[in-house]
Order: sequence, then C-alpha cells, then structure tokens
Amino acid sequence: MKSLKRLTGILSTMLLVNITFQSQAQASGSNLLFYGLAAVALLIFFFIVISVADNFMVIESNESGINGEKANMGLYPRLSEIFSKKAPAYLEGEHTYKLSKGYDIPLEGKAADHVDSTTSATRFAAMPPDFIGLKPIPKVVVEVGDSVKAGDVIYFDKKKDRIKFVAPVSGEVIEVNRGFQRSIASIVILADKDQVNRTYTVPSEGASREELVEFLLESGAWAGFRQRPYNVIADPEVTPRDIFVSTFDTAPLAPDRKLQIAGREDVFQAGVDLLRRLTPGLVYLGLDGRETGKTAFSNINGAEKRYFIGAHPTGNVGVQMHHIHPVGAGEDTVWTLDVNAVLLIGEIFKNGRYNSERVVALAGATLTTPRHVRTYAGANLGELLKGNTLDNVRVISGDVLTGDAVGTEGYLGYYDDQVTVLTEGNEAELFGWLLPLKPRGSVSLTIPTFGDFAATTNTHGEKRAFVVNNVYEGVMPMDIYTQQLMKSIMVQDFESMEGLGIYELVEEDVALAEFACVSKQPLQNILRDGLNIMLEQG
Amino acid sequence: MKALHDFVKGFEPAKDNKLAHTTFDAFYTFLFQPDVVTTDGTHIKDGMDLKRLMVNVVLALQVLYIFGTWNIGHQHFLALGEHTGMLEGFHLKVIYGLIQILPIFVVTHVVGLGIEFIYAARKGHSVEEGFLVSGALIPLIMPPDIPLVWLAFAIVFAVILGKEAFGGTGMNIWNVALLARVFIFFAYPTTISGDEVWVSGIEKIGTEYFAASYGWAHGLFDMVFSSAGLSQFGAGGQAVVDGWTGATPLGIAAKEGWEGVTAVYSTDAMFFGGIPGSIGEMSVPLIVIGMVFLIVTKIADYRVIFGGLIGFVVCALLMNAIAPPVDALTVDTPGIFKFMAIPWYYQMIMGSFLFAITFMATDPVSSADTPTGKWIYGFLIAFIGLIIRVMNPAYPEGWMLSILLMNTFAPLIDHYVYQANMNRRAKRTSVMAEQRNELITKRGATHIFDETSAADLTGTGNDGSFKRGATV
Repeated sequence: MKSLKRLTGILSTMLLVNITFQSQAQASGSNLLFYGLAAVALLIFFFIVISVADNFMVIESNESGINGEKANMGLYPRLSEIFSKKAPAYLEGEHTYKLSKGYDIPLEGKAADHVDSTTSATRFAAMPPDFIGLKPIPKVVVEVGDSVKAGDVIYFDKKKDRIKFVAPVSGEVIEVNRGFQRSIASIVILADKDQVNRTYTVPSEGASREELVEFLLESGAWAGFRQRPYNVIADPEVTPRDIFVSTFDTAPLAPDRKLQIAGREDVFQAGVDLLRRLTPGLVYLGLDGRETGKTAFSNINGAEKRYFIGAHPTGNVGVQMHHIHPVGAGEDTVWTLDVNAVLLIGEIFKNGRYNSERVVALAGATLTTPRHVRTYAGANLGELLKGNTLDNVRVISGDVLTGDAVGTEGYLGYYDDQVTVLTEGNEAELFGWLLPLKPRGSVSLTIPTFGDFAATTNTHGEKRAFVVNNVYEGVMPMDIYTQQLMKSIMVQDFESMEGLGIYELVEEDVALAEFACVSKQPLQNILRDGLNIMLEQG
Repeated sequence: MKALHDFVKGFEPAKDNKLAHTTFDAFYTFLFQPDVVTTDGTHIKDGMDLKRLMVNVVLALQVLYIFGTWNIGHQHFLALGEHTGMLEGFHLKVIYGLIQILPIFVVTHVVGLGIEFIYAARKGHSVEEGFLVSGALIPLIMPPDIPLVWLAFAIVFAVILGKEAFGGTGMNIWNVALLARVFIFFAYPTTISGDEVWVSGIEKIGTEYFAASYGWAHGLFDMVFSSAGLSQFGAGGQAVVDGWTGATPLGIAAKEGWEGVTAVYSTDAMFFGGIPGSIGEMSVPLIVIGMVFLIVTKIADYRVIFGGLIGFVVCALLMNAIAPPVDALTVDTPGIFKFMAIPWYYQMIMGSFLFAITFMATDPVSSADTPTGKWIYGFLIAFIGLIIRVMNPAYPEGWMLSILLMNTFAPLIDHYVYQANMNRRAKRTSVMAEQRNELITKRGATHIFDETSAADLTGTGNDGSFKRGATV
C-alpha cells in the first residue's frame, strides 16, 4: 500500500511538471491535456459543492431526529450498499471475516433439509487407511466371528500403540479385508439390531490434562483429533497451541451441519468444554456468516467464535486458521476436529458412552431423493443408497473435490459425512473443448453456467505443464502462492516450501484450485507428497 | 455423433508408430473432447483447459486478421494511387491481401506444428497447444512481403531453440512469436530495418519505386472479375504516386517529429489503422476490442496491460519534460528531440505498442507469475520499450526487445515477490501470536470452566491489517 501511494505521488508530480512545461510553452492553449485536466478539476469542484451541501442536509436530519433508524439519508449510496449485501444484524460486534475469493460449484442434487431416519445400513467398517500417518499393517485385536460393542478396541498402530481405534457399531466381525501388500483395508462389522455401547467412567472435573489425554487415547475418540500441519492423527505427546473446529461445510453438495447437531447441542457443548481443557490456548469455532440468523453453533459457550462469509473453501478449517492465526511447525502446531468428532467426545463426557452416530448427506443429481440420513461411522454406501438405479455412476465417500471413489461396495470414510454420486463422463464430446454444450463447471467467464447443473467426471482436457494464469490465486482465499509452492515441492526445495506456507495447507484447501487448474495438474497429490517429505524430515 | 466418433477412432494408428499416433491424437483431441475420466484427486474438473484458454486468444486475433488482410491490399493500391477510397476495389484489396497472407499463415503452421508434432512423438507425450497462439501471432507481426524461406527459418529457430529446448509449452522463458520476429530482425537487418518494405508488392528500381508484376494467382482472379464486370488487377509494373516513400510513421517521427508524421498520415488513419506496417498491429480500436475481451474473460492478466499503459504514459511524459516545448521546435532541432516531444496519446497510436502489450506481454508462460510481479513487469516493458523506440536510432520500434528483455527478468521479479510474501507471512504470524496472548490473558481473569462467565468473553481478535478479506 505504501509503495502504491509513493508511486501515485511520483506520478502526479511528473504530471504536474509536464503540465507546467507545456502550459508555459503553449499560451495559445492547444494543449489537450491541460484542458482535460481543467475539466476534471471543474467536475471535482462541483462534486465537492454538492457533497458539502448534502452533508449539511444529513446532519440537519439527524439533529431533528428524523433519522432514528440510522438509515442512509445522504444523496449518495454508501459503498457497502452498492457492493455488498448488508451483513445480517446478528453479526454486528462479532469477529467477521469476509473472503472475496473462492467459488461455489453450483451442482445439482443438494440433500434435502431434513434427516431421514428410515434408511439404515447393516454393515459398517473401520478402515485403517482413513488415517494418515499410520503404518499400513496395524495390529488387529479381533478376529472374524468375534462380537464387539460400539467403542471396543479393534486395532491399533504398532508404533503409536497408545492410540486405540474402536468399532463404530456393535455387532459381529464378519470380514478382515486386506489390500495392497497385505495391508489392512477394512474390518467389517455386521451391526446388531439393538446397539450396545461401551460405557465409560469419565475423569473428574479437576482431572489433569495428562489424565484426560490418557483417557481419550484409550476411549477410541482420539482418532477424531487431527494435527496441523500435515493433517495426521494428533501426537499425544504434543500440547497444541490452539484447537480449531469448523462448524460449516462449503464444499459442493455438503451436508448441513446444523442438522448434525440438531437436538444434540448440549453434547456439542460438552465436547467444546472438554477441548478447552486440552489446550493452554484457545478453542476457536469457525461459523458461517452466510446464515440468515444465529444457529445452534452461535450459542455454544466457551469458545472463540469467528464468523466467515465467503464461497468455498471458506468452510475449510485450514482457510479459517489462516485468517485467525496461521499454523506452523513446532510451537505453532494446532489440533483440528470436525463437528462429528466433537459430538463423539461430547457423548463420552456427557453421557458416558461411545456413540459414533452421525448425520450424512446423500447427494448427487442422479439420486431420486437426495437427503440427509442418520447412521454411524463407516456405513456401507450401497445400503445407504438402496432404491437408486446406479448405472455408469461414481459413488464417492466425501465431496466431489476431496472424496474417495469407493463404489457401492465401499464404506463411509471415518472423517466423511457425505456420499456423492456423480455420472461418469466417459463419453467423447464433439468439439467439447470449443463448444461446451453440455453443462460443466468453470471459474472462467467463457463457460457460463446457468443455475445448478449435473457434473460428470470427465477431465475436460489433458494434463499439461503449469501455465500461469493466476487462476489458483483467484480461488484461494489465502495469502499463499499455490503454484510456486507446488513447483518448490516438485524440486524439493525445503526452505521455499516452508516459507511459502506448506504447513498451512492440506489437500482439501488446494482441491478447488485443482478443480480450476487449466493444466489439470494433480495439486492434492503433489501437496501430499510435499507434506510427507516434510513429515519425514521432522 | 457416436457413429462419427467410431469412424474417426477407426483410423487410429498403432501405438508403436509414435509420430503417426501423436499426430492422430492431436487431431482427435482437436475434434473431440476425449472420454477420459478423472482418476485421482478431484472428481470433477473445470471445463477450461489449455486448448480453450489458447483458442480464446486466437479468437481475439480474428478481427485483426480480417482487418490486416484488407489493409495489405489497401496499402498496395494506395501507393499506386488506385482505389484510394476505403471500400473502392474492396474485392481486389481482400484478394490481394489473402494472396499475401495465406502463404505466410500456412508456412507458419506447417513448419511450427510440424516441429511440435515431431518433438511430441519423440518425447512420447501429446501435442501441446502452445503453438495455437504463437502460430496465430507470428503472421500478424510479420511484414506482408516477408520471404517465406526467412519465415520458415525464423520459426524453426524460435520453436526449437526458444521452446522445445526448454521442454515445451509452459517451460519456455521467452515468447516464441517474438523470438521468430527477432530472428528475422537480426538475421536480415538490411531489408527489414523497420522503416521500409512495409507495403506489399512495391519494388525499388534505382531510386524509383514501381509496383511488382502480379503473379498467376492474381491473373486467375482477374478472369473471374472480368467475367463479373468488376475492376481487375491488370499487369502491374506501374509507378507509384508522386512523393510516396513507403516510410512508416515511426520512421518519419524519428527524423521529423509529429509534424513530419502528420504531413504523410492523418491522425485518424493512424488511429484506425489504415497505414503501412506489420500485418495485424495497426488498428487501435480493433486491438482494444481484443484487449477488453481478454481482460473481461481473464484470459490475459489486466495487471500486465494496465501496468504497461501506466509505464507508457509515465515514460512519454518524462520525455516530454526533457524535450524542448513543442512550439520551440525548429527545422534545426535534432530529430530525437522532435520525437521526444510527441505527447503520449500520439505515441500510443503510432507503432505497435497496444498490440504488443495486449497479445505479447500477457503470454502467461513467459510473463511474471505473481500478481504484484505482473504490475512491475508490464510497467517496465512499456517504459523500456518506449526508450528503445525513441532514443535508439537503430531500432524503430522497441516492444520486441523490451518484452524479450523483461521475459528474461520475469523470474527475478517473481523471486523478490516470493521473498516479500515469505517475510510478510512470518511477520503476520508473529503479530497474531501477540494478539492471542492478549486474548489468553483476558481469559485468565475468569474461571475457565464456569460457563456463565465464559459466555460474555469476547476477544480482541486481530486488527485486520494483514487480512486479505475485509473485516465487516
């Protein structure tokens, strides 16, 4: 800003010098520039006269008490009236961040606004690959045929054996599936009709932080704690600087988080209270400033509330952290949780039982009734989607930007609360790149989108070298040069990676940039490679 | 459509025949958007790809092609004193222009794309789209009478040494089209020094200028025109009109200043583009149309263009300030001062500044990467380019050289922008750490587990001075 001012100063000085030279030289007055400036000066003079008069009018109306409601009585609209929708009244006095960058992909098939309790799955899976930073072959402590309660330990990592992973539901273990190189892909449980939950004796109110951590590790709720940088399961040895929770999801066709805590506000509050005891710093809640009024999340006490107004990826906790207080390695390590993880902890501490219940959005243009359903972590997707004809479609656990294409035989990921169904785009299109007749999403104005549309999985182009048209900067509401960061990851330049902010990013934050990329570069994979390298380096 | 697709797919050569397969693939992906689906990462992708990005630039150039075609013929006949009206002999002008421009266009693409195809096959990747734009730009920046062999040499040089040697589209550090131009400029300096031979079909015999005789193609069209009762080319060989020199405005301005220029070309003609010059760079309004299109669709970065416009105006004003006042110019004043005294708006309509800053400087590969860097990059291109144009008598126009120079320095500009970004981010984090401590100190004043007392706690937050988005 300072340099801009200086530049303006120099420019105007030069202009002045020039005019002086020329106007002296040309008393005859054929100097266009001079007359042009004189005309502008005259206009500015008139503008000032009118503005001053207008201000007097406004002052008078205020004094006489006409303007009780603080409406704009002036002649000119206020800047905020022209350029932005008026921020809702409830945001007044709150910390609000307005992010102008980002893009909401207008997809068809948004989940309806109610929770359907009739849909249920019978098979649930715990999947070790959901968790980044574990060894591929964990120690499985159950066998096929064992019956488990929801919350019973079923496996743990051999290196990080303090962190226990538990069964999402009660029932009988029916499969232990192995994947690539004998790694454990999933442990499938056939759920009981009547769920039996493991119960806990929670630590006392005055319990120390160490006791709490020990209890959480054993309880199975620890998997919900993720550590930034790297987005790995939180290291129990580390005390986080702060804890961040994003209470809204801006991803395409995302579930409505308000439905997720509807009726369980006290449980969520209990979870937040617990979080406050785990950090010497602050617990931040990121709230959606685009809501028309206060939501249940606004009434949670004891956390720092920060409102965010903006398109995707504003709902990503990483973006929120960037604006609230950036993370980094070492002392700047923080923890993040999603709403479901907070509810899980709240349930343990308030009701003393393990309950992985969650509200999941079933979304996508091909579904007959996109809706929210209540189920448990790791539910079988095919059973959730029963009743839909699923021909030539891709079934994704998660959203269209970051989810995994697991298919109908797959299971809901541990951190996912959304199932998206997309039509496969395996059909060649005549001059598809030149004349985009079929609807497709784009941040470019040359491909207009009218209302919501049904996207396909076509790549719409081939992979190319990076071309700098600053499209990443246009969709990333962060002060980060994404492309340069990607390049420095590719050449493994550690200093640049650190300096350019690799610690602040995880895959979901660059997913929209990957969507918008004209070169179709796999940014999420590149970033994960970089994060893994940094993780190895310590 | 499915049938057409299968029909085209039927021609697909075997994969081991690399060149044939790459060539087929290039044409196939041109005709169809392939049925490839996403496998990893995001499941949906933006409809914008490199092909579409590039073709939008080509689209913006089409008006210049149409105008340039007509203008070649118009200048030719103007020099001969025939069909001097804009629309008089319109068919002759367009046909004459086409006969000149088509071979240039064809040679450019055959040579350039040929090299691209061979390299793509050798490296085993698909043909990249970079040459779509380069190939559309190169004919526009060539003089209409350019010998085709020179052109072919220039393109071979530009594409192989300027692009493929660096790894292909996206990796090159210099603008490919300008490299072709600069090759011609330095390889054939006597004939293309920039102040003559810009009008097509005029030959110099001794000290006199004559029209060159028309070729067989013209004769062919003459037969058509004579049967339709239209005016014809004739045999050619007639003398040019009295006083015609064929000099470009910049050539005159360097010697005689603005008065000398206006004695030959009217301001209107220079603004609308009815003057001799390279094929596509003359018409200001048409270039501005392309500029607006590229800025609105965000194909080209407005920062480079506006940075360039600012740099141009600043440099021109500086020169005006140095030069003696306009009415103090006499016949004896050195030409350079007369040139320097020309105000910026006249400077802008002469020569090819607008074309260069719109289509050449904004090349996303060779320009600076960062938004801030783009302002600096654009500003310096215009500033240095005008200095070369006005102050260096060897080069009548400076954009080619200044853009290539700034292409070279773009990574340096970016480097400092990245360093500044790193420092800013580090500073911001430390400021926020202080604010957090303040918040925590405040919180310490109340009991941490008392919900009622925690309810009215609001922090001070950050002051917003480092945020991108504004705080409401």
